[in-house]
Amino acid sequence: MTASLAGPAPEGGYQFYVTEDPHHHEGHDDHDEHHHETGTMLGFWIYLMSDCLIFGILFAVHAVLGTSYAAGPSPADLFEIDKILLSTFFLLFSSITYGFAVINMQQDKQRAMMLWLIVTGLFGGAFLVMEVLEFQHLWHLGAGPGASAFLSSFWILVGTHGLHVTCGSIWLVVLLAQVQMQGLTHENKRRIMCLSLFWHFLDLIWIGVFSFVYLTGVSL
Amino acid sequence: MSAQQHGHDSHGSYKSYIIGFVLSVSLTVVPFWIVMADVEVSLSIALLIIFGLGAIQILVHVHYFLHVTVGAEDGWQAMSLVFTAILLVIILAGSIWVMVHLHENMMPAHEQIERVRNLP
Amino acid sequence: MASPTASTAAHGADAVNTTHWFWGKLGWDIFPFYDPIILGTFIGTCLLGVAVVGAITYFRLWGYLWKEWFTSIDHKKIGIMYMILGVIMLVRGFADALLMRLHQALASAGYVGFLPAYHYDQVFTVHGVIMIFFVAMPFVTGFMNYVMPLQIGARDVAFPFLNNFSFWLTVSGAVLIMISLFVGEFAATGWLAYPPLSGLTFSPGVGMDYYLWSLNIAGIGTTLSGINLVVTLVKMRAPGMTWMKMPVFCWTTLCTNVLIVATFPVLSATLALLTADRYLGTHFFTNEMGGNPMMYVNLIWIWGHPEVYILTLPIFGIYSEIVPTFCKKRLFGYTSMVYATCVIMILSYIVWLHHFFTMGAGADVNSFFGITTMIISIPTGAKLFNWLFTMYKGRIHYELPMLWTVAFMLTFVVGGMTGVLLAVPPADYVLHNSLFLVAHFHNVIIGGVVFGIFAGINYWWPKAFGFKLHRGWGLVSFWGWVVGFWFAFMPLYILGLMGVTRRLSRFEDTFYGIYFLIALVGALMIGVGVLAFVMQIVVSIWKREELKVGDDPWGGRTLEWSTTSPPPYYNFAFSPRVYELDSWHHMKTEGAARPTKGFVPIHMPHYTSSGIVISGFMTVMGFALIWHVWWLAALTFFASLVWGIAHTFNYNRDYYVPADEVRAIETAGNTSIPAAE
Repeated sequence: MTASLAGPAPEGGYQFYVTEDPHHHEGHDDHDEHHHETGTMLGFWIYLMSDCLIFGILFAVHAVLGTSYAAGPSPADLFEIDKILLSTFFLLFSSITYGFAVINMQQDKQRAMMLWLIVTGLFGGAFLVMEVLEFQHLWHLGAGPGASAFLSSFWILVGTHGLHVTCGSIWLVVLLAQVQMQGLTHENKRRIMCLSLFWHFLDLIWIGVFSFVYLTGVSL
Repeated sequence: MSAQQHGHDSHGSYKSYIIGFVLSVSLTVVPFWIVMADVEVSLSIALLIIFGLGAIQILVHVHYFLHVTVGAEDGWQAMSLVFTAILLVIILAGSIWVMVHLHENMMPAHEQIERVRNLP
Repeated sequence: MASPTASTAAHGADAVNTTHWFWGKLGWDIFPFYDPIILGTFIGTCLLGVAVVGAITYFRLWGYLWKEWFTSIDHKKIGIMYMILGVIMLVRGFADALLMRLHQALASAGYVGFLPAYHYDQVFTVHGVIMIFFVAMPFVTGFMNYVMPLQIGARDVAFPFLNNFSFWLTVSGAVLIMISLFVGEFAATGWLAYPPLSGLTFSPGVGMDYYLWSLNIAGIGTTLSGINLVVTLVKMRAPGMTWMKMPVFCWTTLCTNVLIVATFPVLSATLALLTADRYLGTHFFTNEMGGNPMMYVNLIWIWGHPEVYILTLPIFGIYSEIVPTFCKKRLFGYTSMVYATCVIMILSYIVWLHHFFTMGAGADVNSFFGITTMIISIPTGAKLFNWLFTMYKGRIHYELPMLWTVAFMLTFVVGGMTGVLLAVPPADYVLHNSLFLVAHFHNVIIGGVVFGIFAGINYWWPKAFGFKLHRGWGLVSFWGWVVGFWFAFMPLYILGLMGVTRRLSRFEDTFYGIYFLIALVGALMIGVGVLAFVMQIVVSIWKREELKVGDDPWGGRTLEWSTTSPPPYYNFAFSPRVYELDSWHHMKTEGAARPTKGFVPIHMPHYTSSGIVISGFMTVMGFALIWHVWWLAALTFFASLVWGIAHTFNYNRDYYVPADEVRAIETAGNTSIPAAE
């Protein structure tokens, strides 16, 4: 019935079952799941794409509501662009230092890697401190999230990014503890690579934030 | 995932991170300067620079920091990135198109507001 | 006694003015003592619950359930648990449907309906939410979870723990909705909860908050599941199974999960913004201070349209497996099926505005989306022709799966056609939000999704449990559903064309009475179908020895039929190697035999309690947020976080099944698949 579509049988006949499992070879060094090694990075990347879409929606909302000042303060009244430039540099530096950490990780230099990760965390922390100070300042001016649709959109969009940076920082600390405890195992290296993707991705989103929210906002 | 097990990709060297950093800094400083120094350009030009350089910087990040290549994960990394980008364009452009039309047709006071805004 | 409306308004005033530091908004008035129907349901459910819990305790099954099922990361068990969830929620959602049909039959005939408007509004809202999120999605996810890894020759999905976690997050959402029936109220806004009605000003009660937290939590589970299944399909196909040798069901699973990953974030973000409006006082969708409710409608339908394809694509995949099997003939047009599926996936993103033609975007915008909507019907038509051409000159066996499939073909087509009719914007101006629309979407969802669910259950039940479902009760269920559906929804098309609006609980004109009566009769017939389905399961389990079958009772063509029924927990002792499409059929033709020696240890993940525990915390957190019990919300939030982080400190997640154990299972002689030598 289907023979007409089937190709010719291979030499030696069909081997319908893989009796030597290609994922098990003798002399396998560590116990870790070698056959799982490629699934996690792709999975995490796809998660990042879905996170991208969440931010996309928040940007779309800002496109629609970003000029609805409700006769209240506008970006030009509120934003301190020089401080945003500083924040941007903090985040950019943190991306480079994470990259240096990864290079050290690949060379199995655990100590150096952990130091670069700590520096990354400090830059990330500096970014967060500046953001919290900005939010505090706006709150005291009466420009909280409930003051207008523009401010709602601003607080939620920038706040969501800040929450992501916070989660990334917590993850960083947890990873440092785990590397300290377990060493640079296969599993830990995978986690460091995942956090690397996450961290760079946050810097990428920040490009959108400072361009679309801050710079565009004060230019309109 | 150490470098020797996946020979296709070395996840960057110090040099490539520095290059990426320098490019990012340049692409950041220009739009900030245009806004902070109150440079005399029309709004359209300013927005073009801000978004244009921002888009280029995103590509710089994607290449130098995220190390996205067409080969990674059998092409799935790049494909999912492109798919997401297309969806974002559809959602953003589509929503703006729809909402602008809705605003035009369905927000009764906007003509009044326009008139007041355009008052000399 | 205060009427529901007054007490809720008063409650709203309470919520705004004083929230107790410990009890939040909780008080003695949260229980619906004022409503005899709900109260009666509450008592009945309590008794049933006590009976079930009592039975489990009496038979000492808690340990078994916890160790073997609740903590399981086995995709087969998780798939079965999804199906059980779907059946339970189907009964609840259908009860709501019966309530509505009964009420409208009375109200349209000049009697006073027994449901006050405020209650009726909650019934149609919860009916929609349950049917879409907690019946259709779990059934579809259950099928994809159970069948796809077997069909690609894999041992599990890519992230087994996440799979377990996703399931329990979905259960968490379902639990919150079920609680809302007895504690407080549910949203009264329609299943998509448009603002400003769903905002704080016009829905001050807890109902909308139940809606939001239930979907916020369940949405995370669905997105994670989407990521999981995409990576599984990309990475874990058996050697030799190239993309174009993959079963069509797996293709539809791939496209569905890409849709899930690419669209549930939109729902999560949009609902999060509405949650912010209600909890943080923001102005995204309010009427004042610059908010724009129309933006909510726009965003929610950007999610909503791909969602309906998430529901239907896997079902089309099921039909694509059933038709060749029961017509003893290769699927016609495999390549065009694959392309049609991918085209549907992509086009589903450019049609969304057809859900709100009448909101006022104007002719330009409406024409664009009207045209794209009509175009998207074409690939579905292509699929239908492929199934028909497969049947042509085949030897058709009218087992239950095939019966359901034929019923689908005849029923769904009508729904599809009314969809194309609605895609014409001027026509939609007349028919939008009428009963014609209601009839259309029930036509495609029941005729398409529900019939396919029953087809799939009857088809794969023998694989999962080793015995067939009882045919007699299955036929009763079948005819109840099919005839009942036509009686229940054809009158609604007519009513819609006559101008009757949806979601009405009161009528001035008794002219419509006869149509609603016929619809009620139809609904009762469907009720027979639902009961018969439950009976079918009960009787089949009771008579399972008589109904026992071998491993490949239908003469299947795909790899799941190459395992025992039920499959061993590791699925395949050796990875199958694939040479052709319809690989199991090819293997049978070429005389494949199971190896009986050379077994190797098999790498398997441990079961884990983290999924159910974290979801448990999040359920309580959701409840606490709903009732503004802030200390409890914070506590359970941190508990979830801490447990999750602690889980990552456990590096001992897997083990090896010794080769001896594999050999013992494989050579036990309980299978009909020929062995080597």
